[in-house]
Amino acid sequence: MIPALEIENLSKVYDNDFEALKGISLSVEQGDFFALLGPNGAGKSTTIGIICSLVAKSAGKISVFGIDIDEDFPAAKRHIGIVPQEFNFNQFEKGLDIVINQAGYYGLAPGLARERAEKYLRELGLWEQRDIPARMLSGGMKRRLMIARSLVHEPQLLILDEPSAGVDIEMRRSMWDFLRRINAQGTTIILTTHYLEEAEALCRHIAIINHGKIVENTSMKELLRQLDREVFILDCLEELPEVITIDGFLIRRVDDHTLEVEVQKGQHLNQIFNALDVAGIHISSMRNRANRLEEMFVNLVEGAA
Amino acid sequence: MNVQEQYVAFMTIVRKEIKRYLRIWTQTLLPSAITMSLYFVIFGTLIGSRIGEMGGFSYMEFVVPGLIMMAIVTNSYSNVVSSFFGAKFSGSVEELLVSPVSNVVILMGYVVGGVSRGLLVAVVVTLVSLFFTDLTIHSYFIVVVVVLMTSTLFALAGFINAVYANSFDDISIIPTFVLTPLIYLGGVFYSMDLLPEFWANVSKLNPLVYVVNAFRYGVLGVSDVSLPIAFGMIVIFTTLAFGYSMHLLNSGKRLRQ
Repeated sequence: MIPALEIENLSKVYDNDFEALKGISLSVEQGDFFALLGPNGAGKSTTIGIICSLVAKSAGKISVFGIDIDEDFPAAKRHIGIVPQEFNFNQFEKGLDIVINQAGYYGLAPGLARERAEKYLRELGLWEQRDIPARMLSGGMKRRLMIARSLVHEPQLLILDEPSAGVDIEMRRSMWDFLRRINAQGTTIILTTHYLEEAEALCRHIAIINHGKIVENTSMKELLRQLDREVFILDCLEELPEVITIDGFLIRRVDDHTLEVEVQKGQHLNQIFNALDVAGIHISSMRNRANRLEEMFVNLVEGAA
Repeated sequence: MNVQEQYVAFMTIVRKEIKRYLRIWTQTLLPSAITMSLYFVIFGTLIGSRIGEMGGFSYMEFVVPGLIMMAIVTNSYSNVVSSFFGAKFSGSVEELLVSPVSNVVILMGYVVGGVSRGLLVAVVVTLVSLFFTDLTIHSYFIVVVVVLMTSTLFALAGFINAVYANSFDDISIIPTFVLTPLIYLGGVFYSMDLLPEFWANVSKLNPLVYVVNAFRYGVLGVSDVSLPIAFGMIVIFTTLAFGYSMHLLNSGKRLRQ
């Protein structure tokens, strides 16, 4: 199957001689939910800018659903929907007008443009606010307005640059549900995010970019499998003894009812539960000390630095 | 995009532009009506009555075409420069840049938006002028053609200014320090016959001389410059402005990184 997006040896040197991309290559399959992660200044937004024509590439090749952007960029653009990091609409225009105008720029006739605008504004919970000037919407609503705008021409590839920035938890969760739904319907999604739990929750494949180079490009499962240790926090019902040990595990007593346990690759949690059960200690809840992906991300980025 | 889709995109830009200036009509349409009324009162009625004839017409009759043209020039220019720079400043120009709409459609959409404002203001100012003088049109054809060509030329000039502008100061510098002096020295208020030969020749470098005189010919049937030369110069300036605007869009200069 033709990839939704194929990037080969993409480079970008800005006018000030800053080399933002150093020959990156990656491929995103159709229907994938793909995360592009990296610290600030790594080259994520430059990559996205080149894909949607806001940044001119210095070298390399990009194909969108098999269409080379150097040969027919307008045709490639029809497949792409973009949700940028910054709010980039006229704050004085009404939400409905913003979405309808965007449809017009893609050549959708006024009747169809209005129909689509209504469809996506309703799906994103903005229909009631359609006649309000965009500047009066909340941050989360503005973010959803940009998603509605990006979908109005029904692209096959949706690119979201930091979609959760400034969005509260409830709004973020409903946005995740929406993105999962349109991904299930066949839309390929690429997102950049600083919220690594977001990438872990949504994405099936991940590329990590740092200093203009791809330092990891694999499936989310494979990436998480590479983790060699995890630290769990256990909340216990009974008061813990002053000293507690379990053979083979590093254990720290945090307080009277909380334990911190480090689990190495190859060890399993049953050993801990059994040992605690024997000691008459029952676990009421358990959680990771830190996001596993975050640890991996830091290791990869620092390793490449 | 096929022709039909490009047309839809073009009309979308034009409609958006018209809605924009109608929404803020107190900033876009009203000031010209007030300013021109003052010009008519001060230069036409108060001072004009003491000047006597100019070019074979009463001074009021002489200045009316120039003042209408002045309103067309400033409005078509300022509409595009403020709208396109505003789109750059807010980032909303990216809505167009990421879409498949062609550069020529983007340019023509903004230009036609500016032309439509120039025409609307021209109608308003003409109606205002009827309170001060009787207008008889020598050639409707020439009037219409000159108005369309002139508003197109200055809408293009406004576009170029907007592309180069980095701040709101930059979009007022050209109108204040270039456009206004060119208008004032373009024969709006006086006949070129009054100038010494040297300054009359220097004035021929001023595009406003040609548009004001071509329009005055359409209204009054008199002009300080020959009509074919005036049309030729307007066509040359418009072609250059269009070509340069397209170059800016195609190269992405100051629009894409």
